Amino acid sequence: MVVLALIAIWYCAAVLMNIGLVRDAFEREETGYTTGDLLSGSLAAERPRLPAPHQILATFADDIFGYPLTSGRSLVYHSAVTLSETVLGFALGVVFGIVLATLIVHMRALQKSLLPWIICSQMVPILAVAPIVIVVLGAIGIRGLLPKSIISAYLCFFPVAIGMVKGLSSPDPIQRDLMKTWSATPAQVFWKLRWPAAVPFLFASLKVAVTVSLIGAIVGELPTGAQAGIGARLLAGSYYGQTVQIWAALLAASLLAAGLVGVIDLSERWVGRRMGAQP
Amino acid sequence: MNLAIAEGEFVSFIGPSGCGKTTLLRLIADLEQPSAGALLVNGMSAGQARLTRAYGYIFQAPALYPWRTIEKNVMLPLEVMGYSHRERRERATRYLALVNLSGFERKFPWQLSGGMQQRASIARALSFDPALLLMDEPFGALDEIVRDHLNEQLLRLWDKTGKTVIFVTHSIPEAIFLSTRIVVMSPRPGRIIDVIECDLPRERTLEIRETAQFVRIAQRVRMGLRSGHSYDE
Repeated sequence: MVVLALIAIWYCAAVLMNIGLVRDAFEREETGYTTGDLLSGSLAAERPRLPAPHQILATFADDIFGYPLTSGRSLVYHSAVTLSETVLGFALGVVFGIVLATLIVHMRALQKSLLPWIICSQMVPILAVAPIVIVVLGAIGIRGLLPKSIISAYLCFFPVAIGMVKGLSSPDPIQRDLMKTWSATPAQVFWKLRWPAAVPFLFASLKVAVTVSLIGAIVGELPTGAQAGIGARLLAGSYYGQTVQIWAALLAASLLAAGLVGVIDLSERWVGRRMGAQP
Repeated sequence: MNLAIAEGEFVSFIGPSGCGKTTLLRLIADLEQPSAGALLVNGMSAGQARLTRAYGYIFQAPALYPWRTIEKNVMLPLEVMGYSHRERRERATRYLALVNLSGFERKFPWQLSGGMQQRASIARALSFDPALLLMDEPFGALDEIVRDHLNEQLLRLWDKTGKTVIFVTHSIPEAIFLSTRIVVMSPRPGRIIDVIECDLPRERTLEIRETAQFVRIAQRVRMGLRSGHSYDE
């Protein structure tokens, strides 16, 4: 229901936004036009301000199925590149976030001193940091996949760290007292109590982290004119005025994000079943 | 407070809320430190006794870890203490049978009722065979019927295993039914008002609660509690 309503609104918006262009085009050619012409024109314009959904889908299908998978014009190729940057950045960010959270929970001193810095690190606009990171890394010879993954990791370690700090400190005093009565070592308390208790918090942060990581990867591709990836596609589309291509790339990005979140959701359910989550 | 508890006794502490019964139990368990005085458990300090795994503690709430099955929960202290996998399995099965929870090994805590969860937590406390059991109002959150049932089971368990039990409760009938000795405490600051030797026969059934002897002991306990309260007025 909601989807149908959104699509209907989209079509109306497309007409409204493109009708100006179409009218100008007709007037330039000095041919007569009817409202019908205007309407159909606005839904099929070559360089629309807001492409209609069917235009986006057509270009999308074209870009996916119309070109060989490894060619520079295939959306599949670009999505794969962005996906690999995202996954690597996600992995790096998650590991770093978990390690940071573990340190914070176990060392009081770190809690007070680190948390403000972590929060500050996220306040710098990523669009400003990304080019700096890429240029600096490029200067020391690191190019290609890694710099964009580092930007992804930079963005996604934060939700993981914050979520895990909460999760690792979530056990009740009673559960901790029990461990004490059995004279458990701190390592045992960590692996048998804190870590399992933190799992629900971890999955919640992972869903946020994976979407942010994708954004990071795309943003990383923008500033220095990367040749491959969804960000690169967006750039190419804007250079050559191919608005529909841009929208098709955006559609690919959203599908990628939905897919990644879906994977995490499935893992969460599988783990939940093994760890006694209530259905 | 000056008290000595011998091996194999079942001692109940009863008193108004806030008088320090739980604190006393926690002191014995080395979960808190005394501000004055000496406390010896098995002839050593509370801390040392804790390290030798001399006791099992049962809280008011079952406090089972929700991500582990019942069996795994009972095996948890055994994992911490380094028992082998086979021993852990065997002990878990044995003690779950002792509390009548056989067949529930693979269930998760949320699938069990409150009484069953509390029984599982008793099995967990027993699993590593401590000589001393510290129980802090374990049946407080349960209804009367389940409570009676569990009281009977606990008594039989105590008889079978010969452990020393220190039991904190609010309920006079429960205290008298279960114990060999009852310590009545005054409100804050907790002091011992009375120590009653409960000379009811060791083999008890719930019917004993209606006998004259039981009622007499209950009166004595009630008087002790009331006299404690009068300090406030």
